[in-house]
Amino acid sequence: MPKSEDQPEYTIEVENLHKRFGNLEAVAGISFRVEKGQIVGFLGPNGAGKSTTMRILTGYIRATSGISRICGTSVASNPHETKRRIGYMPENNPLPQELRVREYLKSRARLKELPLRHRGKRIDEVMERCDLTRAQDRIIGKLSKGFRQRVGIADAILANPEVIIMDEPTIGLDPHQVIMIRDLIASLRGKMSVIISSHILPEIEMTCDEVMIINSGKIVGQGTPNELREAFINSTIYELEINGDLTNLRDSLKTVATDLEVTQFEEGDESGFSKVSIRIPGNHDYGELIFSCLAENPLIRARSLRKRQAPLEDVFLAATRRSWETLDTNLIKKQPSSGENPEKAEVSTAN
Amino acid sequence: MRHFATLLRSELWKLLVSPSTYIAAFLFLLIMGFLFQLILVDYASDPKDENPSITFFRLFFIPVFFMVPLLTMRSVSEERSRGTIETLMTTPVTATEVILSKFTAGYLYYAVLWAFTGCFHILFYSFVQEDSLFDPYPIIGGYAYIAVSGTLFLSLGIFSSTLTRSQLVAGIASFSMVFGFIVVGSYLEDLALPFLSRPEWIDMLAKHTDVLQHMRDFSSGIIDTRAIVLYASCSLAILFLSILILEYREGAS
Repeated sequence: MPKSEDQPEYTIEVENLHKRFGNLEAVAGISFRVEKGQIVGFLGPNGAGKSTTMRILTGYIRATSGISRICGTSVASNPHETKRRIGYMPENNPLPQELRVREYLKSRARLKELPLRHRGKRIDEVMERCDLTRAQDRIIGKLSKGFRQRVGIADAILANPEVIIMDEPTIGLDPHQVIMIRDLIASLRGKMSVIISSHILPEIEMTCDEVMIINSGKIVGQGTPNELREAFINSTIYELEINGDLTNLRDSLKTVATDLEVTQFEEGDESGFSKVSIRIPGNHDYGELIFSCLAENPLIRARSLRKRQAPLEDVFLAATRRSWETLDTNLIKKQPSSGENPEKAEVSTAN
Repeated sequence: MRHFATLLRSELWKLLVSPSTYIAAFLFLLIMGFLFQLILVDYASDPKDENPSITFFRLFFIPVFFMVPLLTMRSVSEERSRGTIETLMTTPVTATEVILSKFTAGYLYYAVLWAFTGCFHILFYSFVQEDSLFDPYPIIGGYAYIAVSGTLFLSLGIFSSTLTRSQLVAGIASFSMVFGFIVVGSYLEDLALPFLSRPEWIDMLAKHTDVLQHMRDFSSGIIDTRAIVLYASCSLAILFLSILILEYREGAS
């Protein structure tokens, strides 16, 4: 049946993926889908299951159960076909130390079945994009970390794959290189589906269309950065520059919300203006209301008012904390009290 | 086997650019040259009926003990410890292609090293008395045995390298396996002595696994197909096991 035009085309589909290493459940039922051309970021603390999920998608390790598909092809039943569609850069970016950059990319192009007539041109193109042209004849083992990282990225995009998976691509890069890689990844938007994992949260926020927060093998938050903020940060923060007393400010803002928090975070400057932050529970726009309240009070003079977006870091911390709390609660529930039937306790946990 | 040639090329290239290749070759030729010279000195002081080339080939196990582990211990375990096996196995290559390319590269290098020892025989025959009888068959037989047995020894080395990520452990395992096959295989009858009522099958098995006897046969010009079948079938089985281990550990297909 032909696909309707409105229906998005998914390049990565994961359903209820599980991976066990002995007693440890590294991936515990992850499900998600990535649309064609979308850039998705994986966030999570160390050992959360990000790299394991990525490795399962590349076919490097097998899932214990669950389904993963790349461009509609099952990774478990046809890994060869899916490997042709993936460009992968593993964590720590392992590279052969004794080869030169161009030699390495040439052999990778052959392994990735790039047609002979396009090979040289494509290698030049990726080296140009990753700013590697001047280092093409240098031995990889003697390159700086930034260069090596770019060799890994060049290898991942070399065969023009439909899906690119990169495990911490910007680690060890200087700010200039980070911007270059960010622009490079952004330039892939719409053409290739990209999954990247990173600990640098502003990076993820700037580059990715969608963010998945993974903790203890589960997705604990998923959506655009703004959607995640709405889900996990239940307050609105404003930054205000005022000249006047804080008590007066609190009194005049009482009409906005009763349980707001006002804190001064910067002392008054030469002209007497200090910076304060106002935290109001709930996600609403209070800007106009705050302005009108301030205008009514002659003892306070305001110079600027700015709504501050909660950093992704706060969202990440809130999401992981919440999942740990759930985990702890489950553990407490799992331990049957003395005399209690263990089977009964198991049922209550499942519920 | 679409990527076999590419992988083999890359393996050979890695061997060519690695200094350890040349150090190992130097060490091998030094030891073999030293052994050949000792044999010639011995022959000069005490003439023997046997051709010195036959005596030379009988000592083939000395370089095998250290060359096979040195050649093969890096193959898979180094890729695993560096992590490059992950980038390799996430391209459309099969475990069979990876193992066979590593085996072939190692085997070619092993063969080239032994081919260099051919110079010893050329030098020897160019300086012997003119009336000496030149008999090429022991040399042909000896090299034929080295070529046939090399498949098994190198496959044992590759197999031990697929078991671990530590090159040292792979080297020790490879040495133990090769040593076990040569020494235990050759002296199986003697080792079985403590059992007074020795079953008949031990004698039968000992006849087939006597590596030193195989070498004696080949270097005397007797090409025994039973030995060829033993080495070829064992090396195929061990390579197959190596492929299975790589598939299991690295998730390839």
